[in-house]
Amino acid sequence: MAVPTAPGTTGRTPALAAPGRRPSRVAANAVLVLIGVCFLVPLAWLFLSAVDPGASARTSLPDTVSTENFRAVLTADIALRPLLISFVLSLGSATVTVLAAVLASYPLSRYQMRFSKPFLYTVLFGTSLPVTAIMVPVFSLAVRTGLLDSIWATALFMAATSLPMAIWMTKNFMDSVPVSLEEAAWMDGAPAMTALRRIVVPLMRPGLTVVFIYVFMQAWGNFFVPFLLLRSPEKQPAAVTIYQFFGQFGAIDYGQLAAFSLLYSLPVIVLYVIVSRSVGGSFAMSGAVKG
Amino acid sequence: MRILPLVPAVLLLLLFMAGPVLWSLYGSFTNAALTGPNAQNPQWIGLDNYSRLLEDPDFPRSVLLTVVFVLLSAVVGQNILGMALALLMSRASGGVSALIGGVVVSAWVLPEIVAAFVMYAFFTGEGTLDQLLGLVGVDGPNWLFVAPMFAVILANIWRGTAFSMMVYRASLDDVPPELVEAAQIDGASPTQRLFRITLPVIKSTIATNLMLTTLQTLSVFTLIFVMTAGGPSNRSMTLPLLAYEEAFNFLDVGYGTAIATVMLVVGALSSVVYIRMLRPGKD
Repeated sequence: MAVPTAPGTTGRTPALAAPGRRPSRVAANAVLVLIGVCFLVPLAWLFLSAVDPGASARTSLPDTVSTENFRAVLTADIALRPLLISFVLSLGSATVTVLAAVLASYPLSRYQMRFSKPFLYTVLFGTSLPVTAIMVPVFSLAVRTGLLDSIWATALFMAATSLPMAIWMTKNFMDSVPVSLEEAAWMDGAPAMTALRRIVVPLMRPGLTVVFIYVFMQAWGNFFVPFLLLRSPEKQPAAVTIYQFFGQFGAIDYGQLAAFSLLYSLPVIVLYVIVSRSVGGSFAMSGAVKG
Repeated sequence: MRILPLVPAVLLLLLFMAGPVLWSLYGSFTNAALTGPNAQNPQWIGLDNYSRLLEDPDFPRSVLLTVVFVLLSAVVGQNILGMALALLMSRASGGVSALIGGVVVSAWVLPEIVAAFVMYAFFTGEGTLDQLLGLVGVDGPNWLFVAPMFAVILANIWRGTAFSMMVYRASLDDVPPELVEAAQIDGASPTQRLFRITLPVIKSTIATNLMLTTLQTLSVFTLIFVMTAGGPSNRSMTLPLLAYEEAFNFLDVGYGTAIATVMLVVGALSSVVYIRMLRPGKD
């Protein structure tokens, strides 16, 4: 369950290997560091360029470290309003998804129903459909129904695309809450929905946090969907405005692009750290996929 | 009454997922366009879009590029590098593993468009890669023009390896140490232990992970769109980009939808295979 940090796993090499163990550990460390450096160089560019007013596509230590790039992009039009819209979109779709997923998971987890299995397999099937492929028809549907440029329709669409995965994860989390607790409530005559709200949901709060953050991160990082569905500049989230910032002026201002990128990435990095600290992070996510 | 709580989820899925999929099927049989008379009243043109696909030289090339992209960046790159990282981490010291794991995961946590900018700066002319090559006296070109597929494949490996690494790290923990020890006592070499014991034990995880990374990579759009936009002269135009270009740049929605439908079918077939693999005794 633990993310890469679990120290317990390293000591697992059999004791018998003791004589040959030290050199192999040194070699493993060396190779890992080498691969790590390859992954680190592009990341280093991002951080160094953000504080370098004269940044280019090359990676170099800035002559002067300044917050100039950040101050240049922290205006209402460039970063602030788009970030707020990103927040509204992500919060909206995560809330809708989690509510719908909790409600749907309850009968799937608690009742024996003939269609539960086919339904779950359909949902699992939905988790693996390439969303990119339905964007052309979604766009033409949005044009026909007048829902183009509507923030709430975009949020609902993003909620729907994350829903299959969310139902799958929520149902798995709910299965691990013992039924015996609710049975007491049923005996006392509480309706199922009351039992769900008062007993099940509070018990699965960590799991629901994971689902919520997962959907939030997906919506926050989504570029293609708002790029197609939100056409007016004043409605576009950061993912879209940052792209225009990249392509607009011919010559790219790498320093400001990096600063904007960091501001835009910060919330998902923080959320990822929260999840990986509390529940095992992405791993719980990929684990949930495997059922 | 009992199924009432399912209603919101089912409505959302029907409206926003099943609806577009069916509409996609229908649209691919029409000459729908974004502007002009065909935008108002698309005509039913049967299989014309599909027969056009077969005659269009861009389409087979796009299929080939998509296959190359998925095969090299996901199946080979992310999986093998992810497995290598996981195996190395189980031997390396805890501190080093945690640190390098953190670096690899950072590339994956960044929003896709930010990862795309970073990779653009890395591969562009006089970018970071050319700067590094300059250190050994090589005058590097603009990789995005000279070798666009090379650039987007490496970019996708950089961005996506973390997922496979985390999946394999956890699955390696499930390999019973007694098995490996027993093989060691019998004199099996490290390579033999890897190929005869470790990999066979986790083979269902490998299959699942291959399928997941394949599906994710099949629909990669933003990374390529930002780095090369499918160019130069369509040399990195994978299917998602081709569908986008036909529908939105050439305003030929019907044809773009036909391409998207092909992707949907490929994706659907892959997920059926994936579900079949999950099924036996796993729920």
